[in-house]
Amino acid sequence: MMGTAEPAAAAAGHQAPVPARGLGAGPAVPVIEATGLASGYRGRTVWSGADFSIGAGEFLTVLGPNGAGKSTLLRMVLGLLRPAQGTLRVFGDPPRRGNPAIGYVPQRRTLDPDLGVRAADLVGLGVDGHRWGVGVSPQKRREKGQDVSRALASVGAADLSGRAAGRLSGGEQQRVQLAQALVSRPRLLLLDEPLASLDLRSQQEVSQLVADLRAEYGFTVVLVTHDINPVLGVTDRVMYVAAGGVSVGTPEEVITSTSLSRLYQTDVEVLTDSRGRIFVVGLEAETAHPHSPRGPRP
Amino acid sequence: MSGALASGYGFLSGPSWNLVADVHYMLSFAFMRNAFAAGTASALVAGLIGYFVVLRASSFAAHALSHIGFAGAAGAVLLGINPVLGVGALSLAASIGMGALGRRLQGRDVVIGLVMAASLGLGYLFISLYSGNASDAYAVLFGQIFGITTGAVRITLLTSVVVLGLLAVMYRPLLFASLDEEVAEARGIRVGAVGLAFMMLLALAVSEAVQVSGVLLIFALLVAPGAIAGRVFRRPAAALALSAALAILITWASLALAFYTPYPVSFYVTSLAFVLYLGVRAASHGAGLRRELAASARSPREPAGDALPAATVRT
Repeated sequence: MMGTAEPAAAAAGHQAPVPARGLGAGPAVPVIEATGLASGYRGRTVWSGADFSIGAGEFLTVLGPNGAGKSTLLRMVLGLLRPAQGTLRVFGDPPRRGNPAIGYVPQRRTLDPDLGVRAADLVGLGVDGHRWGVGVSPQKRREKGQDVSRALASVGAADLSGRAAGRLSGGEQQRVQLAQALVSRPRLLLLDEPLASLDLRSQQEVSQLVADLRAEYGFTVVLVTHDINPVLGVTDRVMYVAAGGVSVGTPEEVITSTSLSRLYQTDVEVLTDSRGRIFVVGLEAETAHPHSPRGPRP
Repeated sequence: MSGALASGYGFLSGPSWNLVADVHYMLSFAFMRNAFAAGTASALVAGLIGYFVVLRASSFAAHALSHIGFAGAAGAVLLGINPVLGVGALSLAASIGMGALGRRLQGRDVVIGLVMAASLGLGYLFISLYSGNASDAYAVLFGQIFGITTGAVRITLLTSVVVLGLLAVMYRPLLFASLDEEVAEARGIRVGAVGLAFMMLLALAVSEAVQVSGVLLIFALLVAPGAIAGRVFRRPAAALALSAALAILITWASLALAFYTPYPVSFYVTSLAFVLYLGVRAASHGAGLRRELAASARSPREPAGDALPAATVRT
């Protein structure tokens, strides 16, 4: 089911299914760079004082409780929301709507089961869905069909092409949405809670798939999740968004009792079980009441 | 020509069952030529817009727009202008309001319902104020395509051309925004503007379809073909074509049936649409069962894992 081409084969020179566009914009320009960045709407600050820089090809996992402003960060990178304060640069420029270099998989539960549209048509929207008109050029249609097939194959979902999107399982839908984001050959992939509503094995599969695709095409990944375990083996760095602040570091640096206690301003303990899974204890009140006095500062 | 032809006639003798001769005979009447022209134009638009109504789950909005249009029709009759223009003006104005509110209107069924009821009441007031023959306004409730004036036919054809043109221009962004609003927004599509534009096209489609099926029976022409087509075809382009074809065929069949029998056009439109929908549902249900059985026979499929407990970590 994984079906991803081995990176070795791709490196050996056969045509990459979805080559990343303009790889190597220069290592000097960070993919995302924030200075004194704050987010919030209508005068209410959700978090502030974020300084970080994400380099090309990096895998960053964004963690934090509900309502802490994780999706808000993605919306700012997409140019859908202005920073409340500070500056944000994407590929060295201010964020702009509809940047074709960014692939985006939004947070969602599942598609409407009555949605009878084919998976391939959903992926095809990622190719030319933003263009005006009907799109009648036979050549462009053929190219679109090839792009869609390649993208579906690269996520191991070639067999889902003709299936009704609404009838796919959660993990299958996640692959199709990933293919839709990849079909425009992005240099930056934003994934908002791609592991939510998946069972444990699908969580592992999807995060491994993202890691494999990154290794193959070299794009940068920003993945939002509230559970670190499925991505622990594949993520380079972790961003923790909580209690009005943001901290970035390697998993070993950030997910420690000291670091999290400082971030949440309460006693937090990080435990590791015999299988290497991490448990964060002491945030029950925080999780239940994300807007409690200890939550985001006004 | 209007009032007297409110419902079908049971015209003279029955059909000869020679299709060419029967069509030729029907079209020898000016009112039937008008009915076929306006009916085809509005069915084409209703079928195409209807598919998007189903995709966007906005059939309640279509219903509301048609009820609001009724007040416009009654007001137009009171002022002595063509009822179609009244429907168009008021439902277009309402569509702009609903489109501007956009997502804030979602789940506001009570508000929409109250506006619908108030519009119907207003329309009833206009009818009672009107001293002349109010059959024009009543016709808007249940449709009166046999009574359509040549002026209304022209308006209908022109509206269809405008709607088809605009729909062609915004086809891909509209499809993207209807199927996947968040990604569409991220790809730079102004989903709010697309939603507003669609509501205005919907208002125009409603104003046209009201003449065939009436305000109260609008669902038959505007929603049923799209719902059927969405079950039959998985490619949006194919589903759109089928939806338009079904709407036109339903309209043609209804016009012919009403011509040769004493029963009204909109009765046939609603009945045909309903029977077709039931038939397709039953067929697709059967096909789905067969597929599942075949799949389970082919490979012992892994259990749908989504039901397993998920998170292990609490953060």
